Amino acid sequence: MNTPLWEVFVRARNGLAHKHVGSVHAADATMALQAARDVYTRRGEALSLWVVPSHAIVASDPADRESLFEPTGSKIYRHPTFYEVPDEVGHM
Amino acid sequence: MYTQALNTRETTTESSPDADRFQARIDAEERIEPNDWMPDAYRRSLVRQISQHAHSEVIGMLPEGNWITRAPSLRRKAALLAKVQDEGGHGLYLYSAAETLGVTREELQDQLLTGRARYSSIFNYPTLTWADIGTIGWLVDGAAIMNQIPLCRCSYGPYARAMIRVCREESFHQRQGFEIVLTLCRGTPEQKAMAQDALNRWWWPCLTMFGPPDTDSQHSDTSMQWKIKRFTNDALRQKFVDATVPQGHFLGLTFPDPDLHLDEATGHWQFGAIDWAEFRAVLAGNGPCNRERLEARRKAHDEGAWVRDAALAYAAKQRNAA
Repeated sequence: MNTPLWEVFVRARNGLAHKHVGSVHAADATMALQAARDVYTRRGEALSLWVVPSHAIVASDPADRESLFEPTGSKIYRHPTFYEVPDEVGHM
Repeated sequence: MYTQALNTRETTTESSPDADRFQARIDAEERIEPNDWMPDAYRRSLVRQISQHAHSEVIGMLPEGNWITRAPSLRRKAALLAKVQDEGGHGLYLYSAAETLGVTREELQDQLLTGRARYSSIFNYPTLTWADIGTIGWLVDGAAIMNQIPLCRCSYGPYARAMIRVCREESFHQRQGFEIVLTLCRGTPEQKAMAQDALNRWWWPCLTMFGPPDTDSQHSDTSMQWKIKRFTNDALRQKFVDATVPQGHFLGLTFPDPDLHLDEATGHWQFGAIDWAEFRAVLAGNGPCNRERLEARRKAHDEGAWVRDAALAYAAKQRNAA
């Protein structure tokens, strides 16, 4: 059996979201955390680590990019600059 | 560093609407991500290059590991341990990047252990004295940095991101190596002679690390077109020589090249002819340490088998108990 693959996420500072940095192979969650610590945080890069089994991640297909994301392209009324506010009103 | 795989030719140039769109994205400096459409030749080329790069990092631990127990002080020992650990880490970032292209870690390891995969020719030279450890950091890692900095802008996202991490760490490697050589050069005549001897042995093999001359290899054309590679072998080699020669002179060392001179007109250091027959022999498996390196790697892999098996058995047992 091949050793399972885990995706590694690192939080560099409190206040930041965890960010994907790469992957490790490990037999179980405890060993995955230890491997992630050794591989991705040798120079104080982390305050917190997540490891997630790679197979648990569901990703969108790049081929679906248009049908998924294009519809928002035309909805410019979702942006504040779509609306007219006279200069005299000042910053809003 | 360790991008000699770029010198293997990919002849397949596909022409299709997908391929044209792909090239347009590359030309627009867009990054390609794992699930995006890509030509088969691009995928093959990247798997070969990234895995060869990973293998080089892993094999690169061996010549330096040779000196960990014999480092001359605790400070040097701690630094060397950290450096060798970094090389292992770099190998793992790179395997992880290669796996996003659809190969498994086990396949890649198997290619290395069965001798089907290549790694950088430089690691088939022996580390005979402590000065070699300094010289490897100064020259081999110095050459690696020249090669790797442009790879941070490689068109394939996961490779570029791995290279950014590697480059950030590599600078420590070069500086600690230079410091070792500097200390020897300021030491006794015997110590300085040791540094000179190491430079004599490593200088030419380091120049071959950049791969064959551009006149011999139009091989990298597709790599350039795909923006996997951004500079030619000769351009990177010249950059390395220009940066390194003044450092060697600062140390009071002599480069083992009677033809080496500064070309006033161009500002470049001109160097003598490189022995490409030796380079090809080392790549073909006939360097001083090829057999030893692979044997050490196989031995470590085999002797670690029971640990991997036990970890998997324990994980299975925990799952069943839950």
